[in-house]
Amino acid sequence: MSKAVVATTSMAGCFGCHMSFLDIDERILDLIELVEFNKSPIDDIKHFTKQCDIGLLEGGCANSENVEVLKEFRKHCKILVSVGECALMGGLPAMRNGIPIKECIDEAYLNAPTTKNCNPDRILPNDDELPMLLDRVYPCHEIVKIDYFLPGCPPRADLIWNALYALVTGDELKLPYEVFKYD
Amino acid sequence: MSEFVSFKIDGKQCMGRAGEYITEAAERNNIYIPTLCDYKGTAPKASCRVCTVKVNGRVMTSCTTPLQEGMEIENETAEIQDIRSGIIELLFAEGNHLCPSCEKSGSCELQALGYRFRMMVPRFPYLFPVREIDASHPKLIKDHNRCILCKRCVRVMKDEKGRSFFAFYKRGAKLEITIAPELADKITDEVAQQAMDVCPTGALLKKRKGWDVPVGKRLFDMKPIGSEFEQVK
Repeated sequence: MSKAVVATTSMAGCFGCHMSFLDIDERILDLIELVEFNKSPIDDIKHFTKQCDIGLLEGGCANSENVEVLKEFRKHCKILVSVGECALMGGLPAMRNGIPIKECIDEAYLNAPTTKNCNPDRILPNDDELPMLLDRVYPCHEIVKIDYFLPGCPPRADLIWNALYALVTGDELKLPYEVFKYD
Repeated sequence: MSEFVSFKIDGKQCMGRAGEYITEAAERNNIYIPTLCDYKGTAPKASCRVCTVKVNGRVMTSCTTPLQEGMEIENETAEIQDIRSGIIELLFAEGNHLCPSCEKSGSCELQALGYRFRMMVPRFPYLFPVREIDASHPKLIKDHNRCILCKRCVRVMKDEKGRSFFAFYKRGAKLEITIAPELADKITDEVAQQAMDVCPTGALLKKRKGWDVPVGKRLFDMKPIGSEFEQVK
């Protein structure tokens, strides 16, 4: 049987969910028997080279590049899983929802204690290469169809492992109370 | 002496006193009916509707429905559980409930109900309302992002003359909790702590305290809410 192909990405996230994924300890040896990775920071493949079975998404959508990556994932993955609070509801980046973009940018580049005296020309990031910020931070399932959700900040390693294992083998998902948390 | 009556919850024969509320009677029969706005020792309000059950085929709130002889109550049917999880999901979608950054996380009753109902993500789109955090009081922080308007603090937190420390303010979608100005000075550290404990979410927080219980030892870290009344599920 050929291995299931897994892709992962971190959009508007902190890589905490990926770190938690690595927290599966010695089960990482079972993991490489079980799946092969395609586009993912784990193997540093930057672009999809084939169709994948499972896409694990960390982080919500805060800018145009996030949206593009998310749509790529939807195109290339049979099953998409939102992993972590940011992918599910925007998470901490979503704390800017409700604050006008201009106020956020001004605070970051002009008025913050660490930038107030170091930006005399009052330059704001304006390179064409930079992705545009969205009006607010969106949960992944408000941009594309998401098949499964794993809550947590980060989701416990056991939860990610149990879910991935269940998806790949077709077994029932084990969901003990202690591993199901929102924080 | 109130008279004893017999009734059924999900087919299980139970005994209770006529006139007591269904939630209380269920508890003493070791059956948990989830509640959120209800607070032991205070008159029920039925504002959250989480305790919804079916009594003789009609949908009612069990915290305000007095017990009668022969009631047939549906508690854990798929239909009722779906109504309840729908209500919990609505509450999550309606406010800004950022569990990872909340001091109350782990001891929050709304969150604990989310866990109990295994809510992965609300079925409703998040509203992301713009709400204030009011830290002007020297002892208390009011975070309206997390307030579910259950009115627990208004009903429970009273001074020695029976006046409420808190009140509802404004109307409709703008409704919020406010501190009664003439009683604001009387909120001591103890009152602030009690208010924080009474609040089912993290909308009322005592200042200069935060994060004092380690992860793993908080109220609902290991055991689901309601498990004290029933066999652990």
